[in-house]
Amino acid sequence: MSSNEWAILGLTLRTAALATLLIVPPGLAIAWLLARRRWRGKSLVETLVALPLVMPPVATGLILLQLLGRRGPVGGWLHRTFDFDIVFTWRAVVIAMMVMSFPLFVRAARVAFEEVNPRLEQIARTLGAHEWRVFVTITLPLAARGVLSGLLLAFARAIGEFGATILVAGNIPGRTQTLSLAIYNFVQLGRDADAFRLLVVAVVIAFAAVWITEAFLRRRA
Amino acid sequence: MSIILRDVVLPLTDFTLEVSLELTANTTALYGPSGAGKTSLLEVIAGLRDARGTVELHGRDVSRLPPRLRRVGYVPQDDALFPHLSVRQNVFYGAQVREDAREHSAIDVLEIRPLLDRSVKKLSGGERKRVALARALLSEPEVLLLDEPLSGVDVALRDRVLEYLVRAREEFPVPAIYVTHQMEEVTAIAEEIVVLERGRVTERRLL
Repeated sequence: MSSNEWAILGLTLRTAALATLLIVPPGLAIAWLLARRRWRGKSLVETLVALPLVMPPVATGLILLQLLGRRGPVGGWLHRTFDFDIVFTWRAVVIAMMVMSFPLFVRAARVAFEEVNPRLEQIARTLGAHEWRVFVTITLPLAARGVLSGLLLAFARAIGEFGATILVAGNIPGRTQTLSLAIYNFVQLGRDADAFRLLVVAVVIAFAAVWITEAFLRRRA
Repeated sequence: MSIILRDVVLPLTDFTLEVSLELTANTTALYGPSGAGKTSLLEVIAGLRDARGTVELHGRDVSRLPPRLRRVGYVPQDDALFPHLSVRQNVFYGAQVREDAREHSAIDVLEIRPLLDRSVKKLSGGERKRVALARALLSEPEVLLLDEPLSGVDVALRDRVLEYLVRAREEFPVPAIYVTHQMEEVTAIAEEIVVLERGRVTERRLL
C-alpha cells in the first residue's frame, strides 16, 4: 500500500474510533433510560434515535449539512462566535459517523440492559447502593457483552459510512476522504487496481470486527 | 423495636393486598398459601413496590424513602446473588456501600468463610441461601425480610439450612419477617405467626 493509502486508512480508523468513543456516554444513558424508565416523550426519543437507520444516509447528510453549514443555525453560530467550522472538515466526518452509528449502539445496549434481571438491581438498592453504583457494579457488567458487541457494530458502521459523510464532509483527499469515499473516488477515476486494494483493506477490517465480536461473545458465554 | 404497617393497600392481579399490622416479635412467620401476597408485602416493606399507606420501622416512617435508605435486609426467594461477582464480593456488597467492609461474625456463624473465593455459580442451593443471608446481614439491616429461605434447597439439606437460620437468628436478633408455607419452619424459628390469605390477615397468634 502507498503512503497515501495508509493515510486514508489512518484517517478512517481515527475518525471512526473517535466517533464510537463519543457516542458511548450519551448512548449508554439513552439506552438505560429506554430500558429501565418510563417517561414522557420516550416513544418520540425512541423514534428519533432510530431515524438514521431507516432514512437514506444521503438525506441524513443533507439535514446535517443544513444544520452545521456556515449558514445553518448551529454551524453559523459556531462560525460567528468561535470562527469554528465543521462542514468539509474531519469533524464533519466524525459527526456523520456518530449520527449513523448511534442507533445501532443504542439498540444493542438497550437490549443488553433489558436482559439484566431487574431483581438484582433491586437487591443492590436494598443493600444501600445508589443508582449510579447499581449501574456501574451490577447493570453494566452484566450487560457488558451486548454493550461491547454494540460498540463494535457501531465502529464497523462508522468505518463504512458513505452517504452522510460525502454530503457533510465532502470527499477531500488528505482531509475528509475516508476508506469508502476513496474507493468510490478510485472507481470514478477508473483506477480499479487502487480501488481493489482498498476493498481488500475494507474486507479485512470488517472480518476482524465480526471475528473479534464473535470471539468475545463466545468467551463470555 | 417494631415493624408497623398502617393501611397498606396494593392492588394485585386477582385481589388487593390490604394490611394493617404491628409486629413486635423478634421473628414473625408470615404464613399462607402461594399467591396470597406474602412476597408483595415484603417488597412493600423493602420499598421495591409503591403501595398506599405507611411503613414504620422502629418508629421511623420509611414510606417515602428509597430502598437504599430503609436499612432493610431483604433475602428474596430466588436469593438473587450477583452472578458476575465472587462470593466475597457478594457478601461484602452492602458493607462496602457503607464503607464498612471489616470482618463480620455472620461469616463464621453461617460458615461461609471457605466459600468466599468461589464463584457464586459453583455454589449448591443451601450454600447460596447462606451467602444471600450473610450479604443481607453484613449491610447491618434494622429489619430482616426472609422470603421462603428453604425453597430451592434439596429436601435432604433443609434441616441443615434451617439450623443455620435458627443460629443466625439467635446471633443477630434483628427483627425479622419469615415468609413460608411450611408449618414445621414456622414452629422451628418464629415466635409469632401471621396468616395471610388473598391479601388479608386472617389469623394471628403467638407460638
